[in-house]
Amino acid sequence: MKRKVSCVLAVLLVISLLSGCSVNTASGPSKSKTTTLTYWTFNGLHEALFQDAAKNWNKVHPDRKIKLNSVVYPYGQMHDNLSISLIANQGVPDIVDIEQKRFATMVKGNQVPLVDLTSLVAKDRDKFVESRLTMYSKNGKLYGIDTHVGTTVMYYNMDIMQKAGVNIDRIQTWDDYVKAGKKVVKKTGKPMTTIETKDPNNFLPMIVQQKSGFFDKNGKLILNNKINVKTLEFLRDMVYTDKVAVPTPGGNHHAEEYYGFMNQGGAGSVLMPIWYMGRFLDYMPDLKGKIAIRPMPAWTKGGDRSAGMGGTATAIPKASKHIDLAKDFLQYTKVSKEGNIKLWTVLGFDPLRWDVWDDPALQKENKYTAYFTNGTSLFNMLLELKDEINPLYMTEDFPAVSDKLATQILYKTIKLRNETPKKALDDAAKELE
Amino acid sequence: MKVVHSNTQPVMLSEEKKRSWLSGLLYSRKVAPYVFVAPFIISFLVFFAYPLVQTFVMSFQEVLPGETTFVGLENYRKLNNQTFYTALLNTVQYTFWTLVVLIPIPLVLAVLLNSRMTRFKNIFKSALFIPVLTSTIIAGIVFRLIFGDMSSAFMNSFLIKLGLKPELWLSSEGTGMFVMVLLASWRWLGVNMLYFLAGLQNISNDLYEAADIDGASTFQKFFHITLPSLKPVTVYVLTISIVGGFRMFEESYVFWQNYSPGDIGLTLVGYIYQQGLAYNNMGLGAAIGIVLLMIILIVSVISLKLSGSFKEEH
Repeated sequence: MKRKVSCVLAVLLVISLLSGCSVNTASGPSKSKTTTLTYWTFNGLHEALFQDAAKNWNKVHPDRKIKLNSVVYPYGQMHDNLSISLIANQGVPDIVDIEQKRFATMVKGNQVPLVDLTSLVAKDRDKFVESRLTMYSKNGKLYGIDTHVGTTVMYYNMDIMQKAGVNIDRIQTWDDYVKAGKKVVKKTGKPMTTIETKDPNNFLPMIVQQKSGFFDKNGKLILNNKINVKTLEFLRDMVYTDKVAVPTPGGNHHAEEYYGFMNQGGAGSVLMPIWYMGRFLDYMPDLKGKIAIRPMPAWTKGGDRSAGMGGTATAIPKASKHIDLAKDFLQYTKVSKEGNIKLWTVLGFDPLRWDVWDDPALQKENKYTAYFTNGTSLFNMLLELKDEINPLYMTEDFPAVSDKLATQILYKTIKLRNETPKKALDDAAKELE
Repeated sequence: MKVVHSNTQPVMLSEEKKRSWLSGLLYSRKVAPYVFVAPFIISFLVFFAYPLVQTFVMSFQEVLPGETTFVGLENYRKLNNQTFYTALLNTVQYTFWTLVVLIPIPLVLAVLLNSRMTRFKNIFKSALFIPVLTSTIIAGIVFRLIFGDMSSAFMNSFLIKLGLKPELWLSSEGTGMFVMVLLASWRWLGVNMLYFLAGLQNISNDLYEAADIDGASTFQKFFHITLPSLKPVTVYVLTISIVGGFRMFEESYVFWQNYSPGDIGLTLVGYIYQQGLAYNNMGLGAAIGIVLLMIILIVSVISLKLSGSFKEEH
């Protein structure tokens, strides 16, 4: 039955394609050929990046013009549509954005329905932050090109730091951070930071910083290893023992409650990736000129001071009709040097290629440099961190682990405090195995 | 001319034949009924029966792009986990509370609105019915803002005014369930009330007049005439409410997008969505669906049996 239906559909598709072709040839060879590529995304900003790239591509390649038919869906709907159309092997887009958490589920099984993109980065692989390539690779093959490194940093509210007399450049380790936090609480009555209980944006970078994660290199679940338990205990203690942190209002750093709280100078600092800069601009306008960006505190002196978090990879489904063109266009948009510069100028993200980080284009003033006290020297700081970003290994169970943290572990250990970190992590690991 | 003539003759004949064949079909007592029900049968087969069979088959498979493998009972075995039980318990609780709220209250409201003493009936009727016309998602967003965790959210600022402590409405178990049931009740009250109103119109006035002559009180009339006469409507409302409760998804999704703290808002359908789509485990999703189907079937049959709906009517 299924096969019959799909046969009928396929025949219909072929007929419609053939009729389309005949129209094209009828229009004559004198007119340069324009190919329509379909692009799905869940982020209007990404659409702007790709449309901009298409415009420039058509100038450089008049013989291979592209009409980019981009569709912006809501997050859930786009990924649901994609996973169904990949299984059906029909109705797929030519280019598609897949968010980090959902990516692992799309490359499940032995027959990955996405095109191998390893060759796109082969030439300049050493110029990329390698951990952002590993994340979207399976069995050594790269299936998606990320949009940013997501270098995780600490955003300090300088008003509060100055009031408390804290010199943020002297905060090197997490112990220093807690000590400074005690000062802040004592002098200002405000918490040093907020800990997410509905998302792992504090927990995950802090374990990756110590070369841990949800899975080891071979895909084995290591959720409840010693480092992770210790880190979760540290987070809980920051709230209840040292009393320098509070659970994030609204549960995560994207909640309306949190934006309001932080905008009114609610906490001294927040741990988030570089792409969070845009949220400051959009939702916390009152903090303009008060926020300083610094590396994460390390666990030991000289330890790693960052981690790459979040991300959206652009992929090409195997069922696309224009794989070669889509590949070249993707290379132009997100792999080339010019493309990577646009990742900053159009999106305000830290590009995947660190060899553009000191490019003059990234030192120019813009709305981000005007908002943060780092000004135009932001990328000088990021360059120092590029080799301190450890890989995060993904398996198809990544979303399940991430959701377990978001809905159970953090909530029970930090918000309700009715379970110890060890028990919560052990229980979750047992259920996930 | 001749050529044309000889050519058109057979065409016309076949046209006529066709027409008579068609009319024969439509007027035939044997065939016509099937022709008329065909649209329903076809859409039922394509959109209900085929997916149902396919879901059943899929629940024994692992479905991935380009490869589908039979895994036997593996998917059902995987259901033996804490998250599934949490989802099941939430769903059962939610169904129970919607039944507790959505049957007696609309019934009483319907009786009040049907009473001759009530004034402004139409205003009340439409006021209670209007929520049905809104979308759960849109109303849910308003509810989410009203029941926000901040002390500045509407409900919390109200509680503070009353001298009570603010609540973390959407972050704890009991209050989360309360808000979900409240949203459902607000939305469905009007529909159920309408069913009961329709039922009330069918009760003959003679019964009440006879009761008046016998000197029955208002309460006696309610319990001995109104309630028993409304039984068929009540059974119907009960059944659709059970089905509606077990298949609930939006009320939870609008508050937490399926990621509720401690899974306080995870329902069985939410679990299907999570496994089938978010984790790309179509087989496991199908297995949850089959289990849900079984549960609804059993609960509905029990409720119909207990209410005596299977007995022959006299």
